[in-house]
Formats: sequence, structure tokens, C-alpha cells
Amino acid sequence: MNQLIEAVELLLTPETWTGATGMGARLLQHLQYTGLAVALAALIALPIGLAVGHSGVGRGPAVMITGVVRALPTLGLITLVALFAGLGLTAPMVALVILAVPSILAGAYSGVGSVDAPVVDAASAQGMSTWQVLWKVEVPLGLPIIIGGLRLAVLQVVATATLAAYVGSGGLGAPLFLGLRTYDYPLLLAASLVVIVLAITLEVVFALVQRVLRRALRGTS
Amino acid sequence: MIEFRHVAKTYPDGTTAVEDFSLTVPSHTATVLLGSSGCGKTTLLRMVNRMVDPSSGQVLIDDEDLASVPPVALRRRIGYVMQNSGLLPHRRVIDNIATVPRLNGVSKREAHSRAHELMELVGLDAALASRYPGQLSGGQQQRVGVARGLASDPNILLMDEPFGAVDPLVRMELQRELRRIQTEVEKTIMFVTHDIDEALALGDQIVVLKTGGEVAQVGTAQEIVEAPADDFVAQFLGVDSGRRSLQTVPRPGGGHTVVDGGGRPVGVLEDPPEGSSEPRG
Repeated sequence: MNQLIEAVELLLTPETWTGATGMGARLLQHLQYTGLAVALAALIALPIGLAVGHSGVGRGPAVMITGVVRALPTLGLITLVALFAGLGLTAPMVALVILAVPSILAGAYSGVGSVDAPVVDAASAQGMSTWQVLWKVEVPLGLPIIIGGLRLAVLQVVATATLAAYVGSGGLGAPLFLGLRTYDYPLLLAASLVVIVLAITLEVVFALVQRVLRRALRGTS
Repeated sequence: MIEFRHVAKTYPDGTTAVEDFSLTVPSHTATVLLGSSGCGKTTLLRMVNRMVDPSSGQVLIDDEDLASVPPVALRRRIGYVMQNSGLLPHRRVIDNIATVPRLNGVSKREAHSRAHELMELVGLDAALASRYPGQLSGGQQQRVGVARGLASDPNILLMDEPFGAVDPLVRMELQRELRRIQTEVEKTIMFVTHDIDEALALGDQIVVLKTGGEVAQVGTAQEIVEAPADDFVAQFLGVDSGRRSLQTVPRPGGGHTVVDGGGRPVGVLEDPPEGSSEPRG
């Protein structure tokens, strides 16, 4: 309990947050890792997920791959990639992207697949091209679920990005591992608290975005 | 003019929706395809806008074989109204109606002003323009569907059981409105229904279909009611259950009550007004 109080006191000390290795800089790095990993994962998973959801082709394999990839242990993956790529950002980034892909993929194909079949049929019968049906009908109507996939991915990545420091990168994992190795438990706890608060904050932001979207699509019933 | 020439449709799973169907749909009139579910009527309708391509045979519009017409461009010049309206739930009524003109590159302003005219034509209050489809009643949604089908001023209007999901009173109202609209716009309408009364009310030409798109009879409402081609058509009409063989029985206080074959009253036959009547007996 004492150590938790010390951790909070540490966080309330302005010096903790300043400097190149301060908590502020680590927080920023952490956000950058998360943003980069989710963006790369979205670049891979969104096109595939939208295509699968739109055409229905490859839905079975997509569901299976999603499950298999989810079962991969992230720490093992980082270590494995680090053996080839060396220390630095590559290994954790590969692992984080792989971690984020299944949620985004599942969100994309479920979102597009959730749109009422008669609505899609009517849109194409009115003379919308395949692209128009996708962008003007399926994506807008499936958006809450697609965003839900991104939300899940961000949450997983933001928590797991601490592992980047395990192979010598920064982020909030750096003070966390430092505290662990030097038996500085208040530091370890302080870094953990920041990760938790960050995760909850992002979760709240995404929940708000989803809510606003659902309201904008209130005609859906 | 729409022409079906020996059209057949077999789906990849082996089911045959249509075996061998030929028909000419004259321009500026309403042709109703009448049949129970599974007779292939919707499949035939959807061949006209290439939502379904025939396995063999040809469909032609004004002597042009549709197989050589790109589907997207074709659909934009054919109105399509379906059951449950198929409106885009995330777009306002006005934008739903303007869908096809906007696809055809008409400016938003022009498309909206056209949409407002159409709302008036189909009897929708202008205040509904900025509502979303989910906020409308079933009957109102179908009116929006009809307006959308007419928005690009197509020559052909395809209607797939458009009034099937609304209650009977609203359905009759919509049928009346459609007849009124048709006298104004004179489109070539192909209308699919399983409701014999709807077919008799709307069709200039009625095509009664058996399973597999086999034509049981083609004719006007009068021809079909007066001389059903076979037992199948008679049964569809309800002749054998006495629904169409009406009799009159004198009504207390003058006039006659019309009853069907089962003795159930279906209406009242009024005596002609005094003075205009011909001498009796």
C-alpha cells in the first residue's frame, strides 16, 4: 500500500514528467507506437475486411485466421522477430500489428455484413456501382461496428505496447521495466497507472465516437 | 416495349426458377405478373434491370438485347420499387428520392427540387422531406419508394410486390394512387404480385404464372375473370370457391345485396336513381 502511495506521489511530482526520459516523453512515445501499430494494422485489415464483408467470399478463412492469430503469444512473437530484426522498434511493431489485425478485420467484415440485405440489393438495383454500394451504403451503415473493431485493437495495443521496452524501445514500458529491474516498485506502479489511465481515456473517447455515430444513423431501426 | 424471348433461368445450385418464358410488355401500360411464391415472377422482373441474367434466351427493351447493355447504366434508367421500400436508412427522405438523379450527375439543387415535385405527385407532405425512413409509416415509406423509382423520369418502372407489406386499407389507397399517377406519367410498368385483387385493379395486361414461369393465361382483367383459361387460373381467381360467382338477393327496403357463391355478402347493388331508370317489366 505504501508503494502505491509513493507511486501516486511520484506521479504528482512535476519532475517525473519532464526530460527526455520523463513520463511525459514516454507517454508520447507510447501513443505514437499505438497509433503507428493500429494505423499499419488498419491498412492491412480494413481493405481485406471490407472486401470479405461486401462479397461474402473468404468469410470462413477470415474467421479462422482471426482466431488463430489471436492465439499467438505476443511476448514470444516479439522475441522471435527480435532474433531476426535485432533490438529496436521493428520487433514490437510487427507483434503489435499482428495483435491489432484480427480485431480490425473482424470489425470490418462484421460491420459490412451487418447491413440489411434488402437495403444493399435496393442500392444496387437503383444503379449504384459496387464501389458506390460499398462507400455510400455498407461502410456508413456498418461504421459503428467497424469503429468497434478499431476500439478493441487500440485497447489491446495500448496495453501491450509496454512490451516494446522489453527489446530496448521506449514507451511507458521503459520506466515499467526499469522499475522492475531496479526493484523500484513505486516507479513500476506509477508507469502501470499511467498505462491504465491512458487505456481508460482512449476507451471513453471511442465509446463517445461510437455513440455519436449511432445517433447520426438513428434512422437505422 | 419489353420483350422476353424463350427466357430460362437455372441457378448454380440446380434450381430452375424459369423454364421457357416469352412475353411482350407493351409500352405505356401496366403489365402485372401474377403468381404464388416460387413461380419465378420476381426472377423475371429482375431480368429487366439485369439484377438477374437469364441462363438462356433474351430480354430486349425496344429491340435492344440487354445482354450487351452495362447493368449499372441500365439500372439508372429503369425505376425499381420493392417490398419493404429498400430505402437507405441513413439518408433523409429527400436524399433517398434524389438517389438516382444524383448518380446520373444532376446537381444536388436540381435533384432536390425534382424530389419535391415527386413528393407532391405521390401524396407526401413536404414536411417529411427531412425525416429519415425509420421515422415514417409503412405506407409513407412505400410512397417514398415510388417517388424514388420515378425520380430520373424512367420509361420503365419495375415494381416487386411494392404494397405487399402494408395493411389492406393502406394497400388499396396506394393502388388507387398508383392508378392516378399512371394516368399522369404513363410509364411502362411491370408489376409483380401474388394478390389477384391487386392484379385486377392495376393490370392493363395480366399474366398468370404457374411454377417455373409457365404462362397459364395472358389477358385483360375482364378476359381473365370472364373466361379463365384453365382450372389453375379459375382456382387462382377463386371461381371454384365461389368467390367470383356472385348472385343478387333482394334487400329489404329496395335494391339488392350481392352475395358470393358461399352466400357471404360482398356488396350492395343500388337501383338506378328514379327517373333515369328504364321502364321495368
